[in-house]
Amino acid sequence: MAIVVENLTKKYGDQKAVDNISFEVRTGEVVGFLGPNGAGKSTTMKMITCYMAPTEGKIFLEGLDVDKNPEEIKKRIGYLPENNPLYTEMAVIDYLRFCAEIQGVEKEKISERIHEMVDVCGLGLEKHKRIGELSKGYRQRVGLAQAMIHDPEVLILDEPTTGLDPNQIIEIRKLIKELGKEKTVILSSHILSEVEATCDRILIINRGKIVADGTSETLRGQAQGREMLKVQIEASNGADKEAVKKALLGLASVETVKELEEKENYFLIQNKPEASSKKEIFDLCVKNKWYLLELTGIETKLEDVFRELTN
Amino acid sequence: MRSIWVLTRRELTSYFDSLTAYVMIVMFLGLSGFFTWLSANNIFVIGQADLQVFFGISYWTLFFFIPAITMRTLSEEKRSGTIELLSTKAVTDWQIVSGKFLGSLLLVVVALACTIPYYITVTRLGNVDHGAIIGGYFGLILMSAMYISIGIFASSLTNNQIVAFLLALLIGIFFHILFEIMASGSTGLIGNVLDYLSVRTHFESLSRGVFDTRDLIYFASFILAGLVLSETMLSKRNWHN
Repeated sequence: MAIVVENLTKKYGDQKAVDNISFEVRTGEVVGFLGPNGAGKSTTMKMITCYMAPTEGKIFLEGLDVDKNPEEIKKRIGYLPENNPLYTEMAVIDYLRFCAEIQGVEKEKISERIHEMVDVCGLGLEKHKRIGELSKGYRQRVGLAQAMIHDPEVLILDEPTTGLDPNQIIEIRKLIKELGKEKTVILSSHILSEVEATCDRILIINRGKIVADGTSETLRGQAQGREMLKVQIEASNGADKEAVKKALLGLASVETVKELEEKENYFLIQNKPEASSKKEIFDLCVKNKWYLLELTGIETKLEDVFRELTN
Repeated sequence: MRSIWVLTRRELTSYFDSLTAYVMIVMFLGLSGFFTWLSANNIFVIGQADLQVFFGISYWTLFFFIPAITMRTLSEEKRSGTIELLSTKAVTDWQIVSGKFLGSLLLVVVALACTIPYYITVTRLGNVDHGAIIGGYFGLILMSAMYISIGIFASSLTNNQIVAFLLALLIGIFFHILFEIMASGSTGLIGNVLDYLSVRTHFESLSRGVFDTRDLIYFASFILAGLVLSETMLSKRNWHN
């Protein structure tokens, strides 16, 4: 189910929590909302799931206007809200049955669906416990199970891995990737590695606006179109540091050269946009009979992109 | 309809899972039983085979118990955030409110059903006006429904259960006794209006076995008003501005 969001705005009083954003999510895509706290990720999700109406703008799911067909839409969405609220006094299995019934799963299929969810989310040992007795990680699994119980076409997961231990996080990510093959998934997070590991596409949201949109590779490329290199050169024929630096600066593709303290004759080179100086550096060394001890490309991390866009 | 029933059932089970139901039923039976059969003014002293004493005491016990039942209905969902989960399921706000209403009402009906042995006992004691007793039970159910509706509305206004409880009592006390007191001090149109607004006027005619459409309209309109207001409070988050 494709999701189309057009000029979405949500105001709380005078403050714009979401400010005129538009995007599209195609069927079978896993999209990650990334942004600092209070950026408008949860608010956007609440509007897509029919919890809140937008102040302005439209949302369409497979061509259906969310504002006009909430009943139909809600049946086809599975939602895990932020902080994962649950009826703590209910037993896990009773709660899942309640969710299945209320989402209109056919009577004959309910037991089968519950079994499947218990299996998929690893709740086998806990299924008869009351939700209030469960640890945070298990509650999160119950939250995921209730979101998926009616086999929805769209999954909206607001910070699905908070409170999980590293093993569980890996499992849940695997699960999301698996689900993403046939379902449309939107998840939010402020953990960059998580979004990078699970999502086909990333939307970075800051102060209610989309500041970047693309795969993690394109985002990295956008933010830092220039290659950075660390180079160590041993100038055996008596050339000193300054001479080497000067020679490097003389190369056509090199923009800046910075001396690094860690090792001898160690430089940080930033290239000119869309140019690579690797070959030139090598040729330079060959020409001067210097030894090239190290030549490492520095990858721009998504962290850097994120920090640059949201600060 | 199926969704409402699913919600109603969950609501009712949550009362029985959380002791609320048992405490309420035991206290209700204890109080009404004591006053009906054992107190200084009991059935044997009055010497009439009817349940007027029971209806008189239930008129007050239910008034205090119902806000305690309804206070958590919506306020707790708002406090814990489960309302977000519930509203994003395939149900309308109207179904949520109706489910809560029916769940609470069924609990009261269960409590009242526990007093059917009283009815059986008095039929053995003498000639009983069955119409009056059925009317009395019916009146108690309608009155409960009205206070449940008000209680759910009070609960929809706040996410604090205590505030919801007190608010429900505050609104309820006007209909329960204050309008009646005010009516007795005024005459003419105002007096009539205040008298019509008082629950006792309608409850008493029902518990005499008189089924008047005016009484039914009275209860039905307040039940509906409470539910409509609750639904409005719930769907407020969905307004565009």
